[in-house]
Amino acid sequence: MDEILRVDNVFLSFGGVNALFDVSLAVYRGEIFSIIGPNGAGKTSLLNSISGFYHPQRGNIYFEGKNITKLPSHKRAELGIARTFQNIELFKGMTVLDNLMLGAHIHMKSGVLSGGIYWGFAEKEELAFREKIEEIIDFLEIEHIRYAVTGQLSYGLQKRVELGRALAMDPKIILMDEPMAGMTIEEKEDMVRFIIDINEERDVTVVLIEHDMGVVMDISDRVAVLDFGKKIAEGKPEEVRKDPRVIRAYIGEEF
Amino acid sequence: MGNYTFPKLLREKYLKWGDNKVAIREKDYGIWNEVTWKGYYENVKYFALGLKKLGFERGEHISIIGNNEPEWVYAELAAQSLGGAVIGIYQDSTPPEIKYIAELSDSVYVITEDQEQTDKLLEIKDELPLLRKVIYWDPKGMRNYRDPILMSFKEVQELGREFEKEHPNLFEEEIDKGNEEDIALILTTSGTTSLPKLAMLTHKNMLKMAENLLVKVDPMYPDDEFVSFLPLAWVGEQMMSISGGLLIGFTVNFPEEPTTVTENIREIGPHVMFSPPRVWEGIVSMIQVKIEDSTPLKKLVYRTFMPIGYRMADFKFNKQKPPLKWKILYKIGYFMLFRALKDRIGMSRIRKAYTGGAALGPDVFRFYHAIGVNLKQIYGQTEIAGISVVHRDDGIKFETVGKPIPETEIRISEEGEILSRSPSVFKGYYKNPEATAEALKDGWLHSGDAGYIDEDGHLVVIDRMKDVMRLSDGSIFSPQYIENKLKFSPYIKEAVVFGKDKPYVTAFINIDYENVGKWAENHQIAYTTYTDLSQKPEVYELIRKDVERVNKQLPEAARIKRFLILHKELDADDQELTRTKKVRRRFIEQKYNELVRAMYENRDNVEVQARVKYRDGREAVIKAFVKVETMF
Repeated sequence: MDEILRVDNVFLSFGGVNALFDVSLAVYRGEIFSIIGPNGAGKTSLLNSISGFYHPQRGNIYFEGKNITKLPSHKRAELGIARTFQNIELFKGMTVLDNLMLGAHIHMKSGVLSGGIYWGFAEKEELAFREKIEEIIDFLEIEHIRYAVTGQLSYGLQKRVELGRALAMDPKIILMDEPMAGMTIEEKEDMVRFIIDINEERDVTVVLIEHDMGVVMDISDRVAVLDFGKKIAEGKPEEVRKDPRVIRAYIGEEF
Repeated sequence: MGNYTFPKLLREKYLKWGDNKVAIREKDYGIWNEVTWKGYYENVKYFALGLKKLGFERGEHISIIGNNEPEWVYAELAAQSLGGAVIGIYQDSTPPEIKYIAELSDSVYVITEDQEQTDKLLEIKDELPLLRKVIYWDPKGMRNYRDPILMSFKEVQELGREFEKEHPNLFEEEIDKGNEEDIALILTTSGTTSLPKLAMLTHKNMLKMAENLLVKVDPMYPDDEFVSFLPLAWVGEQMMSISGGLLIGFTVNFPEEPTTVTENIREIGPHVMFSPPRVWEGIVSMIQVKIEDSTPLKKLVYRTFMPIGYRMADFKFNKQKPPLKWKILYKIGYFMLFRALKDRIGMSRIRKAYTGGAALGPDVFRFYHAIGVNLKQIYGQTEIAGISVVHRDDGIKFETVGKPIPETEIRISEEGEILSRSPSVFKGYYKNPEATAEALKDGWLHSGDAGYIDEDGHLVVIDRMKDVMRLSDGSIFSPQYIENKLKFSPYIKEAVVFGKDKPYVTAFINIDYENVGKWAENHQIAYTTYTDLSQKPEVYELIRKDVERVNKQLPEAARIKRFLILHKELDADDQELTRTKKVRRRFIEQKYNELVRAMYENRDNVEVQARVKYRDGREAVIKAFVKVETMF
C-alpha cells in the first residue's frame, strides 16, 4: 500500500488555542479515509493545514513523498490536491459551467496573451477542457443547470457543483469537509454514490470529514478520530467504533 | 399503401437518403450528435444480427425499459426486423411490475438503459425462466457487474458484425419476410384498478394511424423536427416518433436527460408537439410567474397585447372574420410579444400542438391560441394504436375532442359508451381472450369511456363509464366532469357534485379564499372569516355566474339545479379529501347529510354545525347558516 499523504507531528495554534497538538497520520493511495471527532476537535484545521491555508508552527506534511509544508496552496493544488468546503466557496455570480471550467484552469497552458487573442491555441485548449468538464457534468448529473447562475441553486446542488469543480482539477486526492451537511436523505445518498464512484472509477483518494456516522462507517476504509486537537484513535471503522476513548469523546452519541 | 412494416420503411428511407439526411439527433455531453438514415439502419442491422446470433427467433418478444435514447429505437426496430414484437415498459416501473409484464409477455430478452434499470432486472431475473439475456446500453457505474446474464449493447452489435460475415444477406431476407399483419408492438394499457393488459398492435395498425393523422389530416414533412420526450412505452410516442418518423422521415430529437427537456425543446424548435394537459398548464403558469417578475416595460407589453391575442383567438373560435383593425393590432403584437414568447418556450415553429388524456381548461386553450400556438385536443386509446379523434384546425371547441380521423367510425352505444372502428384497432390482448372479447364485442372497440356526439358532429368525452352516475330517471351524468369544469374558475377551489339516484344534480362549492377575498375587497365588500365570506349574497351571485357557465356546457339532464357554498373548506385533515386532494364524495355526503337533504328538500337556508380539527390538534365546532341557491 503506497502512502499518498503523510502528516508528521503537526502542531497548530492560534494564540493560546491549540487547534492541532502533535497530530500524525498517513493516508494510502486509493482509499477513503475519514476524519471524525466532536465539534472543535480540529478537523477543518487539519484539512486547512494540508491544503495550505493554515501554516503549522511545527511538523511536516508530505504529498507523494514530497515535503509540501512550505508550499503555497496554489502550488499544492497544481500537485493534485483538491478541496471542497463546508460553507461552499463557489463564485455565486457565475454560471455552473464557468465555475467548473475555472477548476480546470490550473492545467491550462495558455497565458494572458494567447488567452486574450483566444482563437488558435487558447480556443483549442478550452474546447479540450470543455469536453472533460462535460464528462464531469454527466457524471454528477447536473446537465440541466449547466447555464444556471450558481448562487440561485439549492444548497444540495451547489454542493454538487463544488464537487464538480474539485474534480475539474483532475486531482489525485480530494479533501472533503462535511459534504453531506444540511442535505436531505436523498441528496445524501446521491453524494455517497458520487464519492464512491469518484474513488473507484476515477481513482481519486478521498479524505472525508463527516458527522453522519452511518456514512462514515459504511464507506470508509480507515478512520481517524480527533478530540481537542489530538488524534485519539485510528484504524478500521469497526475497530474505531469500539474504542473506549472514542466512545468517551462522543458521550451521548450512538453509532 | 402497400405491405409495409417499420423495418421496410427504415430500409426505404436508408436507400433513399443514406448519409445525406439526419434521422435522429441525441444530445450528449452538451452536444447534439446526429445519426443519418445510414447510421440508423446500420445500428439496427448489427443489433438485429447480434440478437439472431444469440438465438432470437421470429415471433419471439423482447421488452425494453429506459429513457428515450436512440438505442431504445434501434433495439425495437432490430427485433421487428427479425419478425419479433416489442414490449415497452415504463422507466419508473418497480421490479414487481417489470416482472409481471416480462413474464406475461414471454419476453426472452430485456433491453435496459443503465445501471438503475439493470439493477431492477437483476432483482427479478431468477423469477423469469424464459429470460435469456439482459442487454444494457449505458455502462456507467457497472464496472463491477459480473452476472453472466448481462451483455452490453455494443457487445451484441459486435456479435452482429461477426455474424454478417458468415451470413451477408440474412438481414435483408428477414426484413423481406415481414408482413404488415405481424405484431409489431405489445403495449401495456394503464390498469389503475386491475393489473395492466398487453395490447397487441400490428405494423398496419400503427402505420395506418400515422397515415390517417400525419398525412391526411395534419400533414408532416421530411424536413420537420420532432422532440421525443414522452415515454416510448406509450402508444402516443410510438405513433409520432416511430410510426410517423419512419413513414414520413422527419428528424426525431432525443433530449439529453429528462431534466433538460424544456431546454432541449427550445434548442430544437419542433414543428409538432404532443403533451398531457399538465405540461401545457405548467408552461402557462411559468410564463405568468415570469412576467410578474420581469421589468415594468415587459409587463406593460404583455398586458397590452395579450387581450388582443385573446380577441383574435375568439374570432377564430367563433368562426368570424377578424376586421382589419384587429389584424393590424395582432401583427404588431406578434412583433412586440408573441414571437418572443413563443421562442422562449420553444414553440416558434409549432404548426400543430396536441393535448390529450384529460380535460384542458378553456383558458389554457385560449392562451395558446392567443399567442399563436395551434393547440388542439385529441382522443384515443392504446387499443386503437393512438388517436381516433382530433380537432381540425378550423374546428376547435374547448369542450369537445373533435371529429374522427379518416377511416375511423365513432358510435355511442345505448349505455352511452364510446365505440370505434378503424384499421388501427388492435388485434387483442396477449394471452387474455376474455378481455379481448369484451373489448371487441360486436366488432366495435369498446373504450370504457362515456360520451356523446354534439350538434357539430364533435365527440364529447364525459368520464370513465364506471365513474358515471345516473339520476333517478336514468339520465347519465359524471360528477368529476362537472366538478372539473367548475374548478376551472379561479373563484372555485373545490366542488362536490351529487345526484346518484336523485331527481337532479346538485353541488357543494368551496370558494377559493384568496381569489374571492381579493374580489370582495375590490368590490368594497367587508368580510371577516371564511364562513362569513362564503355566505355573502354577492359571493353567491359571483359563483352563480360560474355555475351558469358550466350548465351551458352540459346536456340538460346533467345541469346543476341547486348549489350551496360550503361554510368550511374541505380538508384532508378532516378526512374530507385524500392526501392527494381528491374529494371523498361518499364521506362528504354522509358528514354533511343535513345540507345534502336540504338541497333536495327545497329548503333555502340550513343551520349547520361542523366539527373542525385545527392543525395543532384542537377541536372546535363551527355554527353557520348556509344558503342554498336554485338555478332553475
